Amino acid sequence: MPNLEGALHMSVDEKTVARIAHLARIKMDEDKLGPMTEELNTILKWVEQLDEVDTENVAPMTSAVETTLHWRKDEITDGEKADDITANAPRSEYGFFAVPKVIE
Amino acid sequence: MSDMMKTGIVQGALTDWEMVIGLEVHAQVTSNSKLFSGASTDFGGDPNNHVSLVDAAMPGMLPVINAECVRQAVRTGLAIGAQINKYSVFDRKNYFYADLPQGYQISQFKYPIVGEGVVVLDMDEGKTKDVGIERIHLEQDAGKSVHDQHPDMSFVDLNRSGVALMEIVSKPDMRTPEEAGAYVRKLRTILRYIGSCDGNMEEGSMRADVNVSVRKAGDELGTRCEIKNVNSVRFVMQAICYEAQRQVDILEAGGTIDQETRLFDPNKGETRSMRSKEEAHDYRYFPDPDLLPLEFDDAFIDAARETLPELPDAKKARYAHDLGLSDYNAAVLVAEKENAEYFDALLEEMAAKAGKAKADVAKQAANWVISDLFGHLNKAGLSVTESPVSPAAGAELLALVADGTISGSVANNKVLPIMWEGGKSPEQIVEDEGLKQMSDTGELEAIIDKVIADNPGQVEQYRSGKDKLFGFFVGQVMKATQGNANPGVVNQILRPKLDG
Amino acid sequence: MTDLTKLTIAEARDRLHRKDLSAKELTQAHVKAVEDARALNAFITETPEQAMAMADAADKRLASGDAAALTGIPLGIKDLYATHDVLTTAGSHILDGFKPRYESTVSQNLWDDGAVMLGKLNLDEFAMGSSNETSFYGPVKNPWKATSGDNMGKDLVPGGSSGGSSATVAAGVVMGATATDTGGSIRQPGAVTGTVGLKPTYGRCSRWGIVAFASSLDTPGPITRTVRDSAIMLGSMASYDAKDSTSVDRPVPDYEAALTGDIRGMKIGIPKEYRVDGMPDEIEKLWQQGREWLQDAGAEIVDISLPHTKYALPAYYIVAPAEASSNLARYDGVRYGLRNVGDGSSLDEMYEATRAEGFGGEVKRRILIGTYVLSAGYYDAYYLKAQRVRTRIAEDFREAFGTVDAILTPTSPNAAFPIGEKMSDPLAMYLNDVFTVTANMAGLPAISVPAGLNSEGLPLGLQIIGNTFEEGKILCIADVMEKAAGFDAKPTNWWSK
Repeated sequence: MPNLEGALHMSVDEKTVARIAHLARIKMDEDKLGPMTEELNTILKWVEQLDEVDTENVAPMTSAVETTLHWRKDEITDGEKADDITANAPRSEYGFFAVPKVIE
Repeated sequence: MSDMMKTGIVQGALTDWEMVIGLEVHAQVTSNSKLFSGASTDFGGDPNNHVSLVDAAMPGMLPVINAECVRQAVRTGLAIGAQINKYSVFDRKNYFYADLPQGYQISQFKYPIVGEGVVVLDMDEGKTKDVGIERIHLEQDAGKSVHDQHPDMSFVDLNRSGVALMEIVSKPDMRTPEEAGAYVRKLRTILRYIGSCDGNMEEGSMRADVNVSVRKAGDELGTRCEIKNVNSVRFVMQAICYEAQRQVDILEAGGTIDQETRLFDPNKGETRSMRSKEEAHDYRYFPDPDLLPLEFDDAFIDAARETLPELPDAKKARYAHDLGLSDYNAAVLVAEKENAEYFDALLEEMAAKAGKAKADVAKQAANWVISDLFGHLNKAGLSVTESPVSPAAGAELLALVADGTISGSVANNKVLPIMWEGGKSPEQIVEDEGLKQMSDTGELEAIIDKVIADNPGQVEQYRSGKDKLFGFFVGQVMKATQGNANPGVVNQILRPKLDG
Repeated sequence: MTDLTKLTIAEARDRLHRKDLSAKELTQAHVKAVEDARALNAFITETPEQAMAMADAADKRLASGDAAALTGIPLGIKDLYATHDVLTTAGSHILDGFKPRYESTVSQNLWDDGAVMLGKLNLDEFAMGSSNETSFYGPVKNPWKATSGDNMGKDLVPGGSSGGSSATVAAGVVMGATATDTGGSIRQPGAVTGTVGLKPTYGRCSRWGIVAFASSLDTPGPITRTVRDSAIMLGSMASYDAKDSTSVDRPVPDYEAALTGDIRGMKIGIPKEYRVDGMPDEIEKLWQQGREWLQDAGAEIVDISLPHTKYALPAYYIVAPAEASSNLARYDGVRYGLRNVGDGSSLDEMYEATRAEGFGGEVKRRILIGTYVLSAGYYDAYYLKAQRVRTRIAEDFREAFGTVDAILTPTSPNAAFPIGEKMSDPLAMYLNDVFTVTANMAGLPAISVPAGLNSEGLPLGLQIIGNTFEEGKILCIADVMEKAAGFDAKPTNWWSK
């Protein structure tokens, strides 16, 4: 866990970008890593200015809207539409979604 | 192994090791529809038939919370005496898996709905142990994948995707597999009592993630491994034994334990590493921006509390204290809500029939339910709710025993089986089968005298010290009376006559 | 025929209701305009048959006297809105072939009112962009062209992400269009195409069925030719939706009735922080002109300060990508859209290959930023920090609205620029939203009104920001300003054969 003081002044290296790309499940070719790393660092450097804002004792915004969470009644109002659910599937079999085999 | 079950001590080659166990139990909330969608929570069903667009994570879909799931989580928290948090937040837990259509699970990370509580375990010999609960939070269940229907494809069914789960996290307070088993059993009992989860482990409505680590006495906590989705009490205990031994073997060989997620294979009785979760988890939790914080007031909590039934611990204490039942019998009756309900109904009927206080008939009722009724139910493979003998019928039967019309063994061996087939009342059966117990001292004395006269050899042997022959004489009396002699009266008359 | 495409929604409505015009004729004219405007590349999917069928239904309603304001009005729908059985792409390769079996709440509201769908409009991929250049379906061309200066003869951007919406409204191809605004994606395109772009209060219009980009910022709204048309469209689009937990349960007022033409006594705030370095003089002048128009109409100009203005954009570029990185995780090749199995070896391989092929560069960039700022160890420093700054921004506005009724600013720091000019520098592109993003961060309603032409002959807009749920008030002020500006320039048609 990195030291959070001045954490906004972090930049990423290619190895980190590769790790993040994997977390996000986006394959990145070796030759694309360099340029992407540069672009990300440009953006990260630019957002560093947020450090200038005093946010001591300021609550993070939980919602942009002034309202309370609406609770739904416990009724079955949905489902029974397996066709709609699988209609756009790239591959389906017997009503299931089919994907390359997962080995646990 | 069975010693390890009880003691939690792994006898290593070099030294003894103790286990530290914590459990995260995932309990499916009993509700009609899912946590954030209106699709049915029914088990089974054709693939993807209990799935809404929201559960399938179609583009543009949004979650809306089910009020009943909130209520059930609060009720569960109250049932374990836990702190109820009037403000809690739903967070997204981000990761990729075939059964997780959104690419994130809506869960609660920083601010769960329920805080600390306690579950009291019923151990042997009437002992108890407190296991601390860290928290309970609400989260979505994932769908299901099957991997064995096709050579190179896995099939995904999202029926279960989005069903509400309560994740009940214990503190690492358990030290033996037995305690872990007792914990799961007790938790299940409580959930079934209050009706917030049906506790059906075979169907997957309750599953346990078991955290196990080992250490030498006096040492700090060791690195733990998590064994995921264990779906029976027996497997929980077996998995712990295997895993603890596995860790000890590694440590004694000089190795270290990798913190990892494992699966229990019940066929082999072993745990193995889950390949798909090998990398370190970075779930990138953040509050779900499609939802607002979950808030409710004391009135809501109070209303939920009103709906709780008498809980097992309180019921057991009342059975023992007010009704005078033994701790063992009280525990057996309380273990399943349906057992207690049957027992309570039976008591009601018996007390009314006999015009007595419940405390006066409780012992007889308890013994009958536990030995006789359960005996027959087990043999027939039925649960108490499927009993062909109702509490009212049971009360009638027991009244006949109480007033001496029939003996307890005749009731169990001759009358109850016929009642089981249905149609006849106990009185009717006794009448039809001629089972009325013979208690008339005059009649019995005559028969006893005859038996003694007919068996002079045995009388001689008995009088010269063979006490065991008493049973022979009782047997002869029973034979002569087709088993209807009142054993108590027979003993009373026979003994002095034999002793001479 | 061409006259019909020059009508405003209000004018067409009146003529339809007077039986002066049939919905069929009106739609026919626009279907032809759609065909003739293909050079703009503004449509991803044209739906002429459906449009004619809807026009027929509209005529029936008009005949029976059961018509609403939008009955028979042909509209374009940004391809971020799910439309039943009609290809919905979000401008992305990853949603190839996706035909929803459902309709978004906002577009359903429009169909319930009898409007007509001409087709699905091009946009920046997943609404990420300010120029409509990131679309898998190619860039949209602004119907406006520079009449002098270095950019003469070049194809210009129509703004973004709702570039297809703004271009078609400006070119008279659709009478109005739906759009979404997350950082400025309705108002900025409005400004650079000389159209009216309205971003309502967050939660005013339902997000259900609209492909999510950044959940706490996405706001559906209309792009139209006039302020009155904007009021009419908003009245139909807005509703409380129980299927959207962030939807606000407030009655929808009659927005057209708010256009009283009277702003006497209203206080208009001028925030000093919106005067940025390098801002062209023309824009400064136009802003000054805007103040005068409103003063002449009886409003009072008040200098105000919104101290955290400059931090809104960097904070946005933490919050929006973070939410997007999570919202876009569902595009994985399993249940809809593109699937690329890669070398076929595993599920992870399929995810990685599908998403690498399916997402464009800007989307990937934002997903990576978002994944990074949420990752272990960085959450507090980035995401939490940005959300705290957001609270500060909202506080600035709350304070300002204690003294003023509305705030006047330029909409965009520049006019339309040539396609390709800013693609190499992401930051240069992001800066297009510097004046608009504050309203998104605070959840406030804001409208861009065409105010004048710059020296190149390209449109410039002025923005009015209001307090929560005061769409009526800002529409009223915008209506007054629109009349004062008298902006009646139209792009010269170079796009139809």
